[in-house]
Amino acid sequence: MRPLLFKNFTATSCIGKGVAATLESLLAQRSGLRNCEFETVDIETHIGEVAGVDDARLPDHLYKFECRNNRLAELALHEDGFFEAVQQAAERWGRRRVGVFLGTSTAGILQTELAYRERDPVSGALPPSFEYGSTHNSFSVADYLRRRCRLEGPAVAVSCACASSAKVFGSARRMIEAGLIDAALVGGVDSLCLTTLYGFHSLQLTSPTPCRPFDAARDGISIGEAAAFALLERVPAGLDGGAVLLLGIGESSDAYHMSAPHPEGLGARRAMEAALAAAALEPGDIDYINLHGTGTPSNDRSESQAVTSVFGPTTPCSSTKGATGHTLGAAGALEAVISALAVKNGLMPGGVHTNKVDPTLTAHYIRENRRAPVARVLSNSFGFGGTNCSLILGRTG
Amino acid sequence: MTLSAYVSGLGVLGPGLSNWPEAAAVLSGQQAYRPAAAVLPMPTILAAAERRRIGRVVKLALAIALEATSQAGEDPAELASVFSSSGGDGHNCHELCLALSLAGREISPTRFANSVHNAAAGYWSIGTGAMAESNVLCAFDASFTAGLLEALTQVAVDQVPVLLVAYDSEYPQPLHAKRPIPDTFGVAMVLTPQRRAPSLARVDATLSDLECDRFADPDLEALRCAFPAARSLPLLRLLAARTGGTAILEYLDVSRMEVRIEPCA
Repeated sequence: MRPLLFKNFTATSCIGKGVAATLESLLAQRSGLRNCEFETVDIETHIGEVAGVDDARLPDHLYKFECRNNRLAELALHEDGFFEAVQQAAERWGRRRVGVFLGTSTAGILQTELAYRERDPVSGALPPSFEYGSTHNSFSVADYLRRRCRLEGPAVAVSCACASSAKVFGSARRMIEAGLIDAALVGGVDSLCLTTLYGFHSLQLTSPTPCRPFDAARDGISIGEAAAFALLERVPAGLDGGAVLLLGIGESSDAYHMSAPHPEGLGARRAMEAALAAAALEPGDIDYINLHGTGTPSNDRSESQAVTSVFGPTTPCSSTKGATGHTLGAAGALEAVISALAVKNGLMPGGVHTNKVDPTLTAHYIRENRRAPVARVLSNSFGFGGTNCSLILGRTG
Repeated sequence: MTLSAYVSGLGVLGPGLSNWPEAAAVLSGQQAYRPAAAVLPMPTILAAAERRRIGRVVKLALAIALEATSQAGEDPAELASVFSSSGGDGHNCHELCLALSLAGREISPTRFANSVHNAAAGYWSIGTGAMAESNVLCAFDASFTAGLLEALTQVAVDQVPVLLVAYDSEYPQPLHAKRPIPDTFGVAMVLTPQRRAPSLARVDATLSDLECDRFADPDLEALRCAFPAARSLPLLRLLAARTGGTAILEYLDVSRMEVRIEPCA
């Protein structure tokens, strides 16, 4: 594929609002996971909650979009001058030449969960104030952002569970390459809700403690929430050496099981190999791997096998989910931003909360931060339904 | 900017339309349209345990995907795919929201796993062994055209055949009152970069400012409006007519898609 410029980017998660705070937490190896006190949830687990989400105000004319997910999108949009960068792109290329590609798994379903508690005792009807299309529907966050940023290009939500906001880069890449658009607002937004907290709990996949990816005693995920965005454009001539590029994207399907990864990580391997092929790179060209690394016994085992089968046992890798939690449909974009920060700052973030790396996992998991030049990062995202996506970010040349 | 591909296989299933030949007969005026509840076959490609777990929306998606791929003579295991649905499995969603509103909040792990928007794509991959890339989209009422745009760009840029599956299913009450999709409707297409023996037509698509096409027949127009995936009907009518021409499809509030069809003789 032709590389794309990762022109502007921002992320808001439980480890920080904006990239400066995010980087500071990564450098300090600080986790944002706390005991779950979200809403009325009664589960022994830890979560990565973003402070102040419900204080975010949507513009009056977009009141129908009021829900936690869109508030989180609004909150994140104004960090790092991202909103202004999108406006500049719209003015430069034209509003119809900027597309919107947003990943989410549950969008604003919390709104529906709350509405179900308010059903009319006689008719069972949902309250009149409940809006389905602009909150619950998967498209709501993409629609919110295109209206908020006044963009008129193609717009879509990608909803492939926990690979959603990695796969948005593929959709944006194809549309830019086809010449349909000149710039793309891509990203992921997923917010806390009862469906995912009780859902993962029902599958016995939530850990009672902060999640410990690749730990010998790992016992599940910690659910987080995040919004992360990037503005993608074609690589211009005369680019300065500090720029971060999206170099490769690889996608695959497991063809195995709805909620369990392929035991040998065949689909994951295929996605990583496809990303390397798209970037015309060899495994040895990758300096650091940001793992999907959820902290479930099965994910980490299968991912470790897949990573080792492609890269061997020496490429440093870690999961940042011990810090951020598993932000589900936002994880791909959040970890793409973390990968961009790794490249820009020469940082391989050590995995936090992992005490003793599982000796049966052969991938080279790092627990301490490493400061060294990072030219290229591969970032993995896998989801229910056996959907896989690997991204490669790095410097030019 | 024009995107081009060949339509090399079609699958259709909806109220009163059980497959593409039936839909083609209605859309070309050879048969009157008689609305009737959609009949969803049980997918034979899934093992018994999986068949027990799937809902109507997955049955719909698999049925049309199988019809389109078999007509195209494509091995489903090798095909990249784009699934696009305005809402996924409404019944499953209702059961989860209901359980979460009750004391105890006991929810079924199978229901939760099936609640992902990409459930149909997951079962398709499991049932056919497809390990190729598969994207799953939602654009509310624009979901069909958003899916077609994604599939056409993939054909054009990556030069690979792509299976597009656009499908919608109903929510039960009380969500039904907020999102009144009446039944199930879906359309699947195999789009190929080159003309093949089964190719029906070449399609050239651009974004447009023109008004979208409608049907004079009130039942067909009602069908088009009732399901996001049925916004494809003006395109299907052209394909059924086999005479070529242009259709304008509904897309976002600010744009439509113009599709020019040239039949493969």
